[in-house]
Amino acid sequence: MITIPVLLVVIVGLVFGIVLTFAAKVMYVPVDEVVAEVREALPGANCGACGYSGCDGYANAFGEDRDTPVNKCPVGGADLVAKLSEILGVEASSAAPPVAVVTCQGNNDIAVNIMEYGSDMTCVGASQLFGGGKGCSAGCLGLGDCTRVCDFDAIHVVNGVAIVDRDNCVGCGLCAKACPKFVIDMVTKDDRVTVRCNSKDKGGKVMKNCKIGCIGCKKCENKCPFDAIHVNDNLAKIDYDKCKNCGLCVKECPTAAIKMLPKEKKVVVQA
Amino acid sequence: MKELLAIMLSVVLVDNFVLSKFLGICPFLGVSKKLDAAAGMGAAVIFVMVLATAVTWPIQIFVLDVYGIGYLQTVVFILVIASLVQLLEMTLKKYMPPLYNSLGVYLPLITTNCAVLGVTILNIDEGYTFIQAIFSSLGAGIGFLLAMVLFAGLRGKLETNKAIPESFKGIPITLVTASILSLAFMGFAGMVDGIFA
Repeated sequence: MITIPVLLVVIVGLVFGIVLTFAAKVMYVPVDEVVAEVREALPGANCGACGYSGCDGYANAFGEDRDTPVNKCPVGGADLVAKLSEILGVEASSAAPPVAVVTCQGNNDIAVNIMEYGSDMTCVGASQLFGGGKGCSAGCLGLGDCTRVCDFDAIHVVNGVAIVDRDNCVGCGLCAKACPKFVIDMVTKDDRVTVRCNSKDKGGKVMKNCKIGCIGCKKCENKCPFDAIHVNDNLAKIDYDKCKNCGLCVKECPTAAIKMLPKEKKVVVQA
Repeated sequence: MKELLAIMLSVVLVDNFVLSKFLGICPFLGVSKKLDAAAGMGAAVIFVMVLATAVTWPIQIFVLDVYGIGYLQTVVFILVIASLVQLLEMTLKKYMPPLYNSLGVYLPLITTNCAVLGVTILNIDEGYTFIQAIFSSLGAGIGFLLAMVLFAGLRGKLETNKAIPESFKGIPITLVTASILSLAFMGFAGMVDGIFA
């Protein structure tokens, strides 16, 4: 008889169908439309620069708290802030986007090289093998770990030192995390004056290894009218809350370790 | 207890579903590129295998066998497993979002996985009791996870190996590696009987 098998399979199918239908009703998870829209607007690079676990995490934060700041995503930039503000119906706040800056200028012409590594070396590897090839223990190793982690083609090693392409840089900070020498700083695009040296060595040692390092002479500190630059551990550091981009320290620096970046968007960082 | 352990261990090592029964090769090759994905998939498979056995065993014994329609086993089991995975997915989404986020992608993949169907049918064919069947499917899941994780590790090495000839790159060398790994697992044959003798 064919009826019994057919009937049984139909019953089994029906039972599971009914269970699933009810389950779909009971287990229904309401989808927050705002969250879906925000997720759609986000770039989807999942870099985590916003401080959440990727784009989904950031979008979900809006579901839990509508007052979550809309300017956390450096990848999307000002366009995204405007879009998110529209979705959430809040005023757009304009914060200068973050950008990476390499605090070392010691390229192959300027810095003393004391070692040679094989062709496949990485920065992390070199820094563990006798601290890298540069005479200066704090300088950029130029082996390109930062280039490899950058999703945006924004940092490249030129003549032995990494250089940030400020047009492409979205300020996600992945390169800063990847650098074993901590030579990459995160600043904002408004902060145009940067100390381009990472060495805490004394002046004499700096000069021996590199021609344009900070020697800790404190000339910039004395010159600054805004109390915005200080030398600690033989290295000048700028307090960006006070810095007015006047550029006096740049002119004063005897080793050209402090650099002023041009104001316009098109910036070529000199090596 | 000894018997249950013997069943479990033999299905993990000797009769490994992927490496000696050649079931579930598709996810084995597809999802083993990264270690964390492989582990996630393996965990999801363990979960679904045990659950599927817990549901299909009673259906076989109390429905199909009673009415003498054992030949509909495959059709009914697929129906049951597919609905089960759907139900599981909904439950996880509602009550355990973190687990859903980590397993979520792999659950639909498992729905029609032959390894899951294979373990349910083989449990019946072996004539296992309910408890034995549960332990057997747990072992099968663990074996799958083991194979996935081992193979993901091997593939990591393959990716960076520059000595592979051009014509072997990609899938060919992956299949060769899989067969060598499966040969290695043949070394376990007879071991379980020896342990529990």
